[in-house]
Amino acid sequence: MLVVGLTHYLVLSAFLFSLGLYGIVTRKNAIMVLMGIELMLNAANINFVAFSRYGNYGIGGQLAALFVIILAAAEAAIALAIVLNIYKTFANVDVDDINNLKE
Amino acid sequence: MNLSQALSFVKPEIAVSITLVVLVLFDLIFHKDKRIIPYLAMAGIVVTGIILAANFNLTGTAFKTGGQYGMFTADPFANFVKMIVLIATFLIVLFAYDSDEINKITDRLGEYYALIFGMVLGMFFLISASDLILIYLSMELLSLSSYVLAGFTKLRDRNSEAALKYLIYGAISSGLMLFGISLVYGMTGTTNLFEINSLIQTPDINLYTFAFAMILIFAGIGYKISAVPFHYWTPDVYEGAPITITAYLSVASKAAGFALLIRFLRVGFATYVDKAGNWQVLDLFDWQTFLIIISVLTMTLGNFAALWQDNLKRMLAYSSIAHAGYMLLGVLVFSDKGVTAVLFYFFVYLIMNLGAFYVVMLIANKTGSEDIDDYDGLGYTAPFLGVTLAIFLVSLTGLPPTAGFIGKFYLFIALLDAKMAVVAVIAVINSVVSLYYYIRVLKHMYLTKNDNAPVVPVSKLAFSIVLVLSTATLFFGIYFTPVSDWAKSAAVILGIG
Repeated sequence: MLVVGLTHYLVLSAFLFSLGLYGIVTRKNAIMVLMGIELMLNAANINFVAFSRYGNYGIGGQLAALFVIILAAAEAAIALAIVLNIYKTFANVDVDDINNLKE
Repeated sequence: MNLSQALSFVKPEIAVSITLVVLVLFDLIFHKDKRIIPYLAMAGIVVTGIILAANFNLTGTAFKTGGQYGMFTADPFANFVKMIVLIATFLIVLFAYDSDEINKITDRLGEYYALIFGMVLGMFFLISASDLILIYLSMELLSLSSYVLAGFTKLRDRNSEAALKYLIYGAISSGLMLFGISLVYGMTGTTNLFEINSLIQTPDINLYTFAFAMILIFAGIGYKISAVPFHYWTPDVYEGAPITITAYLSVASKAAGFALLIRFLRVGFATYVDKAGNWQVLDLFDWQTFLIIISVLTMTLGNFAALWQDNLKRMLAYSSIAHAGYMLLGVLVFSDKGVTAVLFYFFVYLIMNLGAFYVVMLIANKTGSEDIDDYDGLGYTAPFLGVTLAIFLVSLTGLPPTAGFIGKFYLFIALLDAKMAVVAVIAVINSVVSLYYYIRVLKHMYLTKNDNAPVVPVSKLAFSIVLVLSTATLFFGIYFTPVSDWAKSAAVILGIG
């Protein structure tokens, strides 16, 4: 029988992290980029919780994950406000098109 | 240690928090007339400054999480950088009086100052943080406030673009940093830097995973100090954001980032400090080589990219990247002397960089742009601003008799003491390159004929601020002993060994 251990969680988090990074690099829509960032944060969360459970490190890692969840929510709120502002100005949320600041 | 003892270490942070709350409340209560708000902000800064000065030599850690050391460290080093942040904040509040961009948003002035105090609070905790989780939290507090401020005035589309770029780059690098922190937690079982220092001395740490984690964590720090290759946001954000915020980001949040980097290396990696103040650093990850490469890349790219800039804000953005490269030189020597040099340089950089941005702002108020062609002939129609801008730019180049020269001098001496003459030579060559783009502004102001150069009015307040800053730039270039002594006494970082 397969026992789910630390390695499985680490592979999952590495996969999520890479997926998030891939999404940030390839997606043009600002919302999709933000979703990639959320994936990266949650990959770190899985790491924290898995390490704290399997490494017998006490509750520290799970507390860290809680903090990160709250911060991710705050960040998403501010990010969406800024994206909304971008949409009002440019009628577009494509990060490649919003590029007026160049010499 | 009981709670009241722990709280006595965070008195300045408490003062900042109270000011933040009072600002928000006043904004809600007196929403008709908001002229009182800047005065409240200034009062808060002064009170915080007095508390900081009174506890300047307070050393210790607070908020223990089980071990011997807490997650918050107070020491003279932290207090020095906090002082720099406070002075910068005070000047930014003064700058806002004459800023057209800020004066157009009178209805949201309360939010503006509340967000600035959010940044100050984030920076204060960042400067003192000795726990990776507190580092991440305070970094996000700083970043979230500054994302909003970068797009605050909404006057032009470039504001919102700056905010978006700042947000995306910032969120990515903080995501990378968090993943690195989680790996360090997995390897050591703690997030406290003091404990990490002793735990990573065991041989069963996987060096490759550790190096990966360190590079990820540096992504977060490098973003704050705008070191290459994490600098991409800098030119766009500096150009797009309101000038007061640009100036603030270039001095205060960079100072906080450097304080974080120095504390991270000193607490997490230095095992022993000898009598001469040289740090013995663990060789798990070759920080020195890594930082030398980053530093050389940062100053070279910053200086060479600045050569082609026609927008003064953008040029100053690249120049601030280059200055981050110079200041990294003081970090990578791993000695108290290097820290002294960085602290001294930050004091000088505060004066000259804020001065340069302020003059650019006063001129932009009149001409409506920061384009270098709009500076043609300004040296004759606005003689006072012309001369003072010249002083600031010469100081940024690092020529005597200005304070910038002394700052660079200390950095190079620290480098030569660490027997890194090659790096010092590269830095000197870089300074020579930077002369070109700083002097180019002066050439436009004085040597280009322009009969339609506008007359730039200067208010009494603006006149006195510019006068004080430019006099200080010259004064500290000649009589710098008090500041260097102060920096030397503040190069005391609470750490192991």
